[in-house]
Amino acid sequence: MAATALSKKKTTKSQKAPPKKKQKNEFFSTKHTATKELSDHSDTEDEEIVQNEDSEGDIGGSDSVSELSSDGDKPFTDDFLQGSEEDEGSKSGSGSDSDSDSDEYDIEKKSRAIDEERAREEQEADEEMQLNIKEESDEFRLPTKEELEEESERPPDLPSIQRRIKEIVRVLTNFKNLKQEGAPRKDYIEQLKKDLASYYGYNDFLIGALVEMFPVVELMELIEAFEKPRPMCLRTNTLKTRRRDLADVLINRGVNLDPLSKWSKVGLVVYDSQVPIGATPEYMAGFYMLQSASSFLPVMALAPQEKDRVVDMAAAPGGKTTYIAALMKNSGIIFANEMKPQRLNSLTANLHRMGVTNTIVSNYDGKQLPKVLGLNSVDRVLLDAPCSGTGVISKDESVKTSKSLEDIQNCAHLQKQLILAAIDMVDANSKSGGYIVYSTCSMMVAENEAVIDYALKKRDVKLVPCGLDFGCPGFIRFREQRFHPSLEKTRRFYPHVHNMDGFFVAKLKKMSNKKPNVDPSDPPENTEEGTRLAENEEEGTRLAKEEVGLSQSVKENSKRERTKLTKEKQDSSDGATGNGNVESLSTASKWKKRKFPSKEDVSKAREEKRQALRAEKRKVKSAS
Amino acid sequence: MRPLDESETTAVFGKLFKFVGNNLKNIVENPSHEGPDSNPGRYCFRLQKNKVYYVSEALVKRATNIARPNLVSLGTCIGKLTHGGSFHLTVQSLNLLASNAKHKVWLKPTSEMSFLYGNHVLKGALGRITENIAPGDGVVVFSMSDVPLGFGIAAKSTQDCRKLDPNGIVVLHQADIGGYLRMEDDL
Repeated sequence: MAATALSKKKTTKSQKAPPKKKQKNEFFSTKHTATKELSDHSDTEDEEIVQNEDSEGDIGGSDSVSELSSDGDKPFTDDFLQGSEEDEGSKSGSGSDSDSDSDEYDIEKKSRAIDEERAREEQEADEEMQLNIKEESDEFRLPTKEELEEESERPPDLPSIQRRIKEIVRVLTNFKNLKQEGAPRKDYIEQLKKDLASYYGYNDFLIGALVEMFPVVELMELIEAFEKPRPMCLRTNTLKTRRRDLADVLINRGVNLDPLSKWSKVGLVVYDSQVPIGATPEYMAGFYMLQSASSFLPVMALAPQEKDRVVDMAAAPGGKTTYIAALMKNSGIIFANEMKPQRLNSLTANLHRMGVTNTIVSNYDGKQLPKVLGLNSVDRVLLDAPCSGTGVISKDESVKTSKSLEDIQNCAHLQKQLILAAIDMVDANSKSGGYIVYSTCSMMVAENEAVIDYALKKRDVKLVPCGLDFGCPGFIRFREQRFHPSLEKTRRFYPHVHNMDGFFVAKLKKMSNKKPNVDPSDPPENTEEGTRLAENEEEGTRLAKEEVGLSQSVKENSKRERTKLTKEKQDSSDGATGNGNVESLSTASKWKKRKFPSKEDVSKAREEKRQALRAEKRKVKSAS
Repeated sequence: MRPLDESETTAVFGKLFKFVGNNLKNIVENPSHEGPDSNPGRYCFRLQKNKVYYVSEALVKRATNIARPNLVSLGTCIGKLTHGGSFHLTVQSLNLLASNAKHKVWLKPTSEMSFLYGNHVLKGALGRITENIAPGDGVVVFSMSDVPLGFGIAAKSTQDCRKLDPNGIVVLHQADIGGYLRMEDDL
């Protein structure tokens, strides 16, 4: 500390030397040249001098300081020559020693005294700080209510908040020994949540959710990782070029890049670039696509084969779709669907730019796709579901404050509907597939494991390994929820572990085209049923369409369904349960009777007859 | 989505002929390996919302499921039909044109960017040029590394090009791959 202060003083002194000398005019001209030389040719020498001084200690330093001032004071004929020689040539060591002769003794003494005092002050300050830290670390006290109120009135004091965060983390890791008397763990965690929220800018809900998912030390790593951006990646378009050739061309243009990792043969990571990486002629010719590393993962899990029929349910802006096409080498057929019309432009542009010719682009709501494309008609489906985006906070800071529990629940609801639609489109008997890949860029359990668990209950599917072994396995249990044990085959990716955005990938295989019975007491269904009378109507029309038959497989399916009990038929639509629904369905159908006096009419009448028969049977049984 | 009628077909083929000449036969009769069936079908042209698409038949069959207002794109778009019935090729047809082009021009590396900004090709930018170009022919522009950059109409014949001063226009610009960045919304 003393040394750095001294070095600062030295540099300012050398800069101040010319104006200072102006005051003493008689010395000005010649001294000016001397000091100028000093400052000119040895700014580095200055530092060298400083270092030498440091090694020698304060005395040497003060000597060379006094050297400058002393040279100014004296009639400088002899000393000037001597002084300039010393200045130009030598290190300060020999110079200062020879110069600190008796003439400058007083001044030297004074400056030494000043230095000593300064050193003393700094030492005292250090000690004080040590003392403070010691106090805090030995006995970290949670701030009392009064202190908290005081703090909330003042503007937030960031360094102290950060210190407090570090302290609480320390205490929590060794709770038994370091905890304050009478303070439960909960208090510490509450205080930590508040501090994290105010220091990093999160809202309470999100911080609470993250605290529930991660142990404290990992939580800190995660939050720090969210503050920094992930490296930018690009994917080679294997339809047009190879990674090695592309890397050569881009390096020639001045891009600093590396292969992505050993798990990808087409990825490159860009460190920095002299040309805009999104506007090179190679980009425009479709040789590569700018994509984040996490977006490679669902397509690698999907592993589409040549001549497959693939559906991408939420395709814009087209990074994953073009990857699928590249893996399929432009054979087979891809249905790329996107709900928002504004994003369709970028999707078609990317497809054409990358030279993809086997794709049909449509603009539907994903839930309607099974109706349009037919049930059990494709080999693979990729569902990169719209989500809350809590895994990509490093790209979009607004997620920190804008997500609430409602948002997460809405997303989860939508995702459950979409995944059922995805499963319904896949043909379980397809030769080369029957796979659905579900992925989100979120880390919330409600949007990831809960949705997969729901799908496992509602359809005849099972989880299979994704092929991405470097990820963390998904949760099997979380707080009070218990999921199917096969959920450990899903994969989670974190920014602080894998250096990519937060991501979740699950791969399902459809075992058969049947839709199993649904338990009427299942809670999520009741809530869904309440909000989806309209949905039931839609299901009614869909069931009717099945009977008309869009394709062979659909006809078979519907025949199979007709032979089942009617209750099953009702249950096979989402969330249909019990008597309440029968009534609603029948009222809906009655309303429909007026509009469409056709086959639905007949089917409903048939159902009601069967029910009546069954009711009679039950009455007979109970009577007997 | 509907097939092209007579006048539309003549317009499209006429424009294509300017660029590919007799290779038009290749384009129309190319076996396509798209679609999940194992025997290759053929390609055909379809019209959807004033855009002409070059699609393989397998895709066309399966695209009939999709309703007209919801169908956005299929296969490769090659151009747009105007109200008056004439046909303009767009940059998305470049891959198709480049593989069958009769008249080609190669640009020097230093002048690639100028063409990609939408400027015409000057004599000073020419690296190579194929023989027997007549004015008004369709020309596909490549870079020296054989990457297709765009296409245009020849302003001068090959002989005249040799006598031209370095600032004379050789190829009038019609479309280039820079359009993917400049006019993404207009494609």
